[in-house]
Amino acid sequence: MTMYMLSVHHDGTADFESKTMEELQPVFEAVDRFNSELQEAGAWVFAGGLEPIEASTTVDNTKGQALVVDGPFSESKEFLGGFWVIKADDLDAALDWAQRGSAACAGKVEVRPFQGDTESL
Amino acid sequence: MSVPDLTDVFRAEHGRVVATLARRLGDLDLAEDATAEALLVAVERWPVDGVPPNPGAWLTTVAGNKALDRIRREGRRDAKEAEASLMASQLVPEPAPDAGPIEDDRLRLLFTCCHPALALENRVALTLRLLGGLSVAEIAHAFLVPERTMEQRITRAKAKIRQAHIPYRVPASADLPGRVAGVLAVLYLVFNEGYLPSGMVSRTAGPDAAAPVAVKSELSAEAIRLTRVVAGLLPEAPEVLGLLALMLLTQSRSAARVVDGVLVTLDEQDRALWDAELIDEGHALVRRCLAIGRPGPYQLQAAIQAVHCDAVDVSMTDWSQIVALYDQLRVVAPGPVVDLNRAVAVAELAGASVGLDLVTPLADALDGYHAFHATRADLLRRIGRIPEALAAYDRAISLAGNPAEIAWLTRRRDSL
Repeated sequence: MTMYMLSVHHDGTADFESKTMEELQPVFEAVDRFNSELQEAGAWVFAGGLEPIEASTTVDNTKGQALVVDGPFSESKEFLGGFWVIKADDLDAALDWAQRGSAACAGKVEVRPFQGDTESL
Repeated sequence: MSVPDLTDVFRAEHGRVVATLARRLGDLDLAEDATAEALLVAVERWPVDGVPPNPGAWLTTVAGNKALDRIRREGRRDAKEAEASLMASQLVPEPAPDAGPIEDDRLRLLFTCCHPALALENRVALTLRLLGGLSVAEIAHAFLVPERTMEQRITRAKAKIRQAHIPYRVPASADLPGRVAGVLAVLYLVFNEGYLPSGMVSRTAGPDAAAPVAVKSELSAEAIRLTRVVAGLLPEAPEVLGLLALMLLTQSRSAARVVDGVLVTLDEQDRALWDAELIDEGHALVRRCLAIGRPGPYQLQAAIQAVHCDAVDVSMTDWSQIVALYDQLRVVAPGPVVDLNRAVAVAELAGASVGLDLVTPLADALDGYHAFHATRADLLRRIGRIPEALAAYDRAISLAGNPAEIAWLTRRRDSL
């Protein structure tokens, strides 16, 4: 088994904030269903949605004194909106989950393996 | 035994040896390195001792031992497992060839090399390296890129296979059609690059890149060889047979296609130079596809080539059948390039101005494609609109990358 991170990136184009709760409700429900599927299949490790990028704070303690800055560390228009950490036999299995996750959350999903020997999972 | 003979044996066996070791060791890098070491031993021993009766088995055994040496030397913690796996597989006889074609190690390796999670250019490089047994230098030369670029592509692709755990197996049957299509796309790209090298890369490649050449027959030959392997492993997949037929029928005209570095178009080729054996084989494959009755893009393109190859003289070409086949192709694989090729056939049936009317609306989609301008130029020339034809030839020449094509287009333009 290998652990994969399935991350969902927002680039501002989907403009979730302008949508009403009613409009987003089907997405929430689809993601809930997807989460249940992951749990039932034993593939679930962890998942979460993140508050908007404006809520982030960056800490830099690389030079001996911690610097705390309001906002993300890069000015990129894209930001992480949420993620799943899953266990899968191989990339094909992870890609299969990603397809379903992408449909559920109505966003592109990036699949990335975790480092290290995870065979014993 | 002469050196070229050994090269042929090595290329033929390379994929099998790497594929078998990769399955047993679970490590593509180690499998490749061990195979390379075994080939070096063979280069020393075979000219003296003679080629063993089963060169593939000999190479697999020697490579397996080399891999074991390496595993022990490096004191890897999985040494015992790898050793046990290799020992066990040497005791257990290989599965009989009829045990199910789908289980062939080379097929697993091909699906791994052509995995959609790898960039297309990396799939091509890896397939030629691991299954084709071509050296990094040979692949770099064929694609006109510096050797270190090609080395990086292959290294990156292997790293991704390892890190992302791209599986080493034939996909489940539900995914198989889509994945086979991906494999065929890689093989067809290799074939086309050999048959009509784009030469485009050379303009941006570094100083150690080779100059463009008109035909790189080793790539087409390699693509045909690998497609034959796939066709042998998936004998009931009509698109695989279709692609093989398409390659063979296209390849059958290679001797007539470039003369003194200038492209010779189908209508002006010396048909006596066509390879009758390849045509027969291609026709037989097209008939097999028809019997299976599940037409697809490669099969239809093969059928079109079969109609061309049927005509002893260009005047005997059955253009109405070709148009009918393009009509079918438009249904299964619609696109402006198919429309362009259909228009060429229609022009033969109904005249150049009718063909031109079909070509003109494709300008937006195909403006950057040299064949669009070359086709337009030819149709304009045939109806006497010479200034427009000249401009279209100029545009085609500026976009073409292949030297034989440029020479032909230039000759055509200058004859106006």
